[in-house]
Amino acid sequence: MFPFTYTRATSVHEAIEAGERGGRYIAGGTTLVDLMRETVERPRALVDIVGLPLSDVSATPRGGLRIGALARMADVAADPVVRQTYPAVAQALELSASAQLRNMATIGGNVMQRPRCAYFRDVSAPCNRREPGSGCSALEGYNRTHAILGTSEHCVATHPSDLAVVLTALEATVHMVGPEGRRATPIGQFLLQPGDTPDREQDLRPGELIVALEIPPLPRPLRSGYLKVRDRESYEFALTSVAVALHIRGGVIHTAKVAAGGVGTIPWKLPAVEQHLVGRRPSPDLWAQAAERAADGARPLVHNGFKTELLRRTVERQLRIVGGRS
Amino acid sequence: MTPQPAPRPARQPQAAVGTPRSRVDGRLKVTGQARFAADHGPADGIDGIVHAVLVDATIGRGRITSIEARAALAVPDVLTVIHHGNAPRLPYRDNSFPDSIHPPGERLRAFQDNHVRFFGQPVAVVVATTLEAARHAARLVEVTYDAEPPQLDLVTAPAHEPDIYTRGDAAAALASAPVQLEMTYRMGRNHHNAMEPHAIVARWDGDRLTVWEKTQWVADPRNELAAVFGIPQAAVRCYSRFVGGAFGNSGRTWVHSVAAALAARELRRPVKLVLSRRQLYFGIGFRPAYEYGVRLGSERDGRLTAVVHDVRGETSRYERHSDDLALGRMLYDTPNFRQDVRLVPLDVNTPTWMRGPGWSTTATALETSLDELAHELGIDPIELRIRNEPADDPATGQPFSTRRLHECYTTGMREFGWHRRSSRPRAVREGDWLIGMGMAAGAYPAESAPAQAHARLGADGTVVVRSASSDMGPGTTTSMAQVAADALGLPMWSVQFQLGDSMMPPAPVHALAWTMASVGSAVQATCDRLRRKAVALAVGDDRSPLHGVPADEVVVRRGWLHTRADPRRGETYQQLLARNGRTHLEAVGGYEPPEEIRYSMYAYSAIFAEVAVDARLGIVRVRRMLGVFDAGRIVNPKLADSQAHGGMIGGLGQALLEHTVTDPRDGRILNANLADYLVPTNADATDIRAIYIEGVDNEAAPIGVKGLGEVVQVGVAPAIANAVFNATGRRVRDLPITPEALLMPR
Amino acid sequence: MNPENDAGHGRSGVSRRNFLGGGLVAAAVTPLLNATAEAEAAEAASATAGGVAQVLVRAAVNGAPVTVLVDPRATLLDTLRERLDLKGTKKGCDRGQCGACTVHVDGRRVLSCLTLAASTTGHEVTTIEGLADGDRLHPMQQAFIEHDGLQCGFCTPGQIMSAVAMVDDEGPARSDDEIRERMSGNICRCSAYPRIVDAIRDAQQVMR
Repeated sequence: MFPFTYTRATSVHEAIEAGERGGRYIAGGTTLVDLMRETVERPRALVDIVGLPLSDVSATPRGGLRIGALARMADVAADPVVRQTYPAVAQALELSASAQLRNMATIGGNVMQRPRCAYFRDVSAPCNRREPGSGCSALEGYNRTHAILGTSEHCVATHPSDLAVVLTALEATVHMVGPEGRRATPIGQFLLQPGDTPDREQDLRPGELIVALEIPPLPRPLRSGYLKVRDRESYEFALTSVAVALHIRGGVIHTAKVAAGGVGTIPWKLPAVEQHLVGRRPSPDLWAQAAERAADGARPLVHNGFKTELLRRTVERQLRIVGGRS
Repeated sequence: MTPQPAPRPARQPQAAVGTPRSRVDGRLKVTGQARFAADHGPADGIDGIVHAVLVDATIGRGRITSIEARAALAVPDVLTVIHHGNAPRLPYRDNSFPDSIHPPGERLRAFQDNHVRFFGQPVAVVVATTLEAARHAARLVEVTYDAEPPQLDLVTAPAHEPDIYTRGDAAAALASAPVQLEMTYRMGRNHHNAMEPHAIVARWDGDRLTVWEKTQWVADPRNELAAVFGIPQAAVRCYSRFVGGAFGNSGRTWVHSVAAALAARELRRPVKLVLSRRQLYFGIGFRPAYEYGVRLGSERDGRLTAVVHDVRGETSRYERHSDDLALGRMLYDTPNFRQDVRLVPLDVNTPTWMRGPGWSTTATALETSLDELAHELGIDPIELRIRNEPADDPATGQPFSTRRLHECYTTGMREFGWHRRSSRPRAVREGDWLIGMGMAAGAYPAESAPAQAHARLGADGTVVVRSASSDMGPGTTTSMAQVAADALGLPMWSVQFQLGDSMMPPAPVHALAWTMASVGSAVQATCDRLRRKAVALAVGDDRSPLHGVPADEVVVRRGWLHTRADPRRGETYQQLLARNGRTHLEAVGGYEPPEEIRYSMYAYSAIFAEVAVDARLGIVRVRRMLGVFDAGRIVNPKLADSQAHGGMIGGLGQALLEHTVTDPRDGRILNANLADYLVPTNADATDIRAIYIEGVDNEAAPIGVKGLGEVVQVGVAPAIANAVFNATGRRVRDLPITPEALLMPR
Repeated sequence: MNPENDAGHGRSGVSRRNFLGGGLVAAAVTPLLNATAEAEAAEAASATAGGVAQVLVRAAVNGAPVTVLVDPRATLLDTLRERLDLKGTKKGCDRGQCGACTVHVDGRRVLSCLTLAASTTGHEVTTIEGLADGDRLHPMQQAFIEHDGLQCGFCTPGQIMSAVAMVDDEGPARSDDEIRERMSGNICRCSAYPRIVDAIRDAQQVMR
């Protein structure tokens, strides 16, 4: 690890001031300490924000959910309000990482986590995300766990967060505070595809701090869930995953929210799937047809071509699980 | 014909051996007091430890053109940076078998030249007074290279001349066989990934070197370091009392140990070097990858007439590691057999043994091929194996000492519910899951090696027995204490077995299932001798109640020496020693394998697996496994079960999860960590059971054991692969079997 | 018998005595340090690691107060092992991927390899050494022995700390499957898993 100074922020204001001066925020540390050990991250100053009062979880008027950015994953997963309003959030969290990591990691940190690409994590390998212009080792390298959607010629790394997939499906808003005050942006615009600037992963300005994630209300009753497909039974990132939320009334789907994980450089909203579902009646055929649209635009690589088909099947399966039984 | 059992060494009652004792070192382990290599420090009298970190090559082949250590040396608390440019020439005396288990070739040297032979080879070592400084400074060492593209392709690279075994005329028999099958199996490279990373603390006192090291064989670091530094073996001492799992990865001393010892010598300070998890992937050996071709010829009723193996296995360029691939020669009654094994030298580091080395690999290929034959012929897989069961060893013609494989099959069939298996694949469905059952057989040689032990009976009636063995998890300290306790007629709590010190009486490497047979037999012999010494003292002592009794009629129970006829007539060890003014009695003893081996001696396994495969998503989950083992005497059923769990879950990893991925462009290992290299988690290990067939084998060892530690992982991977076929109708011949291989149409 | 108390100096010339106040009680005994506020401030002002200010940490470890100056880069794991000589907590991967380094911070199971020591000020750390009550083993430790939920023993401290917090902090598991899933953050290569589950199932009853 490269040397750094360590200070604790006692207020949001103090944190932002330090952030503005180049300090990096550290909360649970599960991403940052790991990457600092690999020397991928080399901050000169760490600002510990874990003690800031940003961990509240509360229902919002009309049935939405606001989750403080510093709430720990484990606490959010166990929170009765979360389990009541958006159980898919709890489900995604419980399928993430391990119990120990969930006790340490925060919601904000989880959304901000960086890719698992082996080349990104190895400073002796060319990587455009770490060093723009140095090349992408994964394109011609081993890319089984890499993305098939949202890729560019510069970067193909998958966004690894499970929670972010649910937040993307449910169209959450990211609330931030920075030197220029408060700001909010939809998560679909907050997390950035690599494009020509793979080093820019989030729409986050210098010194800005995420304070909360807010999920808007959705029509009730809402059926939802998160399905994660992986090689082993636990403690592994997704090969593919899908978050689905459906509001069915009178036997007809009125609202459909679908997003996929494990396949995109950001969590992948599936509007084509959603549009195929709205206004229709649940049936096995419907799930299969809707799922056919899940991999639209996919550009598989040498080792992850299977994800195209696996993604469709995962979507189909989760649609059936969430929407299949009355 | 059943061979006559060897005469029993003594008619001591068996009270400890065969019972499910808890580990005697359990308390130390659950309280965190058991000290592994990296745990040694001030509490052991080692003061002033400094930390060493290796710098790894970032090319796959070539030469170092420069090393710039200035930035590293400028880091506060850094003491030195050693590399080929400034390292002293080390003698590197020859150190071959039997002083080591180095494969033929030239072992890798520490900083003696500028060659890079594989990605990750150590090119420098940084030493600092703090770990943080050492780690950081290691990143600052600038190395430039002349890089060449490494040769890494197992399938196409030129191979060494094949090692050929042949009997009969396999080519002709194959060509004329009514049924002919041909398939190729591929097994990816596997890494041991024991929980404890390799570590060493090295300290020089003048010309004498002491190391606290992770090793399965304390003699080896002594022998290797003595040879490398050109000093007498007597000048080196190695301690390794607790080893955090090995599975074959510490049967030899690796180059990081030399680096640490070198740094310690140069600095005249004790040096601790702990490999990172990542460094384990190229700093120590691994189970090599294989391409395994099998051709079978059989009659219509399944009797094999010809079996041909064409094998390619990876090795390094500087050493020829060859696994023992002999399973095919003795498992089935095949008159015509040919095996060509080609070692393919690649720009990688040298492989090594990994649980069930070679035997597990051949089992994967052979046992899957038999399942393919069974399916082809419409014969039950177990029935097919029974039809090919040999009377004697088809490779040597010798009778088997014991071979209860048939009983393994029938026991397993019954206990596993084999009759519920559908012979037609893809026939059983539960919701989204396709269910299937599979089985496979296995074997592992029951061999042994010379070993010695020392036993000392104190005036307080307690005994300490010692041998330079190790315990990486099998429970050696417990099982040996059991053997000693019975031989001496003492309760377990008054017997202690100590290991892990190269000054102790020599023992072989703790691998190849040798230990129970070798060290156990040595402990038996030594303790028998000690008991007989005590008995002789008693019967010759005219003040002893046992005076004049024929020695053969004296037995010992719970420390009480007495006559068999009248148990009340006797005395304790304490009384005997006290009356004779002795502070202790001791004995040394040993075991040597017989010169002439008249029997074929193997432990056997029959593994049964039931899997569920998601019909659409392709993921495989093992629902239950049963291993039935013919391993002779089971000294401790509790410890045996733990071994069996370990082997079977390890085999699950082999079948479904594990393979090391190398980038063909530069040899970089891409999943050199525990998140990307997938080992089984707790959630993967559901219903695992083991059964041991009753019966000892006194030819295999005087104490009747055949060894369990390796055979527990032989036959597991093919049982699971065969179950996957039964579930899905899809035969996957490349391990690990991953979901992409099982994305089946509706 | 503490490496910190030796005469060696790092290349920076800074004394290796990074602890405040008097000597450190070594070996397996949890260290107790006395330091006055002035001494702390003075040392903190002068102590650097790699040219960067060290951080004063005041935490409780196994019930005893600990005051120590640390390199900001030092993890809780390395601090426990190398500075406080509490070797029971093991380093399996140093990347948060195996669970061997599991300890409790404020009663919750966490990975000490990803926890900066600097962040533990004001918190209570419990390691495997702090679990038993003198000679009396914790029910989880006892159960691990009885069921043979261990083989080589390297992952065992992490397994036990993880299991104890699983029960005490998060609530007992209602099935074997639940135990398996909730313990999957602790890798065991010896694969003692089936018996780890047996041990936890048993200990949970006793721990009620």
